[in-house]
Amino acid sequence: MIDIEFITTYYSYFLEGAKITLMISLFGVIFGTFLGIIVCLLKISNIKIFEIVSSAYIEIIRGTPLLLQLYIVYYGLPMALPFELSRMTLGTIAVFLNSSAYIAEIIRAGINSIDKGQKEAAKSLGMSNKLSMRYVILPQAFKNVLPALGNEFITLIKESAIVSVVGIHDIMYNADTLRGITYKPFMPLVYAALIYFIMTFTLSKAIGKIEGSMKKSD
Amino acid sequence: MIDIINLNKKFGELDVLKNINTSIKRGEVVVIIGPSGSGKSTFLRCLNLLEQPTNGDIIFEGKSILNKKMDIEEYRQKIGMVFQQFNLFNNKTVLENITLAPMKVKNLPKEEAHDIAMKLLKRIGLENKRDEYPNKLSGGQKQRVAIARALAMQPKAMLFDEPTSALDPEMVSEVLELMKELALEGMTMIVVTHEMSFAREVAKRVIFMDEGIIVEDDVPEMIFTNPKNPRTRDFLKKIL
Repeated sequence: MIDIEFITTYYSYFLEGAKITLMISLFGVIFGTFLGIIVCLLKISNIKIFEIVSSAYIEIIRGTPLLLQLYIVYYGLPMALPFELSRMTLGTIAVFLNSSAYIAEIIRAGINSIDKGQKEAAKSLGMSNKLSMRYVILPQAFKNVLPALGNEFITLIKESAIVSVVGIHDIMYNADTLRGITYKPFMPLVYAALIYFIMTFTLSKAIGKIEGSMKKSD
Repeated sequence: MIDIINLNKKFGELDVLKNINTSIKRGEVVVIIGPSGSGKSTFLRCLNLLEQPTNGDIIFEGKSILNKKMDIEEYRQKIGMVFQQFNLFNNKTVLENITLAPMKVKNLPKEEAHDIAMKLLKRIGLENKRDEYPNKLSGGQKQRVAIARALAMQPKAMLFDEPTSALDPEMVSEVLELMKELALEGMTMIVVTHEMSFAREVAKRVIFMDEGIIVEDDVPEMIFTNPKNPRTRDFLKKIL
């Protein structure tokens, strides 16, 4: 059943694809976190206009398909920009914009989970909102949401398969390519699934470990 | 030092504070007692604007702190607060808890903030805990660190919101001793507490609050031995 020759001949397709998938997901979660923090802070800023804009952003992104967002970024952004962006960059932008909306909500939940006494103590010492956020609330919130961010990373590894439709050579795309050039319509898909699963399973185990060791220090 | 004029606080339809009038003099230790729900904590929290009064005024050193032009963050630096639940910053070590505000709010250089903190830690006998996180401390230690943290800002007055209520009985005295020392040094203190022995021993004045009003306001000898108001008498009978 397992075709050793197929694997030894074509393994580089999967390896290269895995690299691309991991890169898109990693950058997606990193930039998504930065943008997510900003969106979240705007949402809880108590400034009406910021609240409206950030809420709308979150709702629209969560309320439309990632595939559609990818197309809009992929075809729309080049029209709006005077310089060219690579496919890979455009794909990553779509992924991290999408993920930022989810991460913003994750972070908001993290901030809400911090006992309000922490903020009151900071206030009572004369600290501004900004200072208490930066030195007291966000570090604790971030620690609390680290597992959720890890899960978001896992989600992105799976969801990023969608970038294959605009020709980015991720695992999915390469698996499809192999189906074409080898006339084997099925097995490349199984191998691709296996690779996705190895990545996500390893990560989720790692996150579980980190979570466990964090509990100890609490 | 602090004058409270016709202070009212509503939570929705609920009147929590009704026309509170009193003043706190420099160096005075005022203990507020009363049944739970009587508004004493809310009153205390109004004094540093953790609660926004509905109306009335609070005058600090001649200036209204409710004035829009008042810099509230600057005012809060002068009024330390100690909470029932300690509220130490969980992500900071003992030392960092104490140095954070002096460094970030007052912009003191690190060495100076560090020196102040170490002096305070020595004073409360916890200098060996400087690098521990709050979760490694006992309740009494946490509260002493919280007091040190407030003192590091060199406040002009200190608010204590039931500082010993969350402590195991054997840890109450270490916190009360520290508060007593502060009182003897002349710190202006407003203390909400159920520790009647502390009130009797340390307070210059005891305020008895019930249902959002100041029922009685007198020297401790009078409150404890000869309360004028029947509500005060009732309350004291129940808890003494």
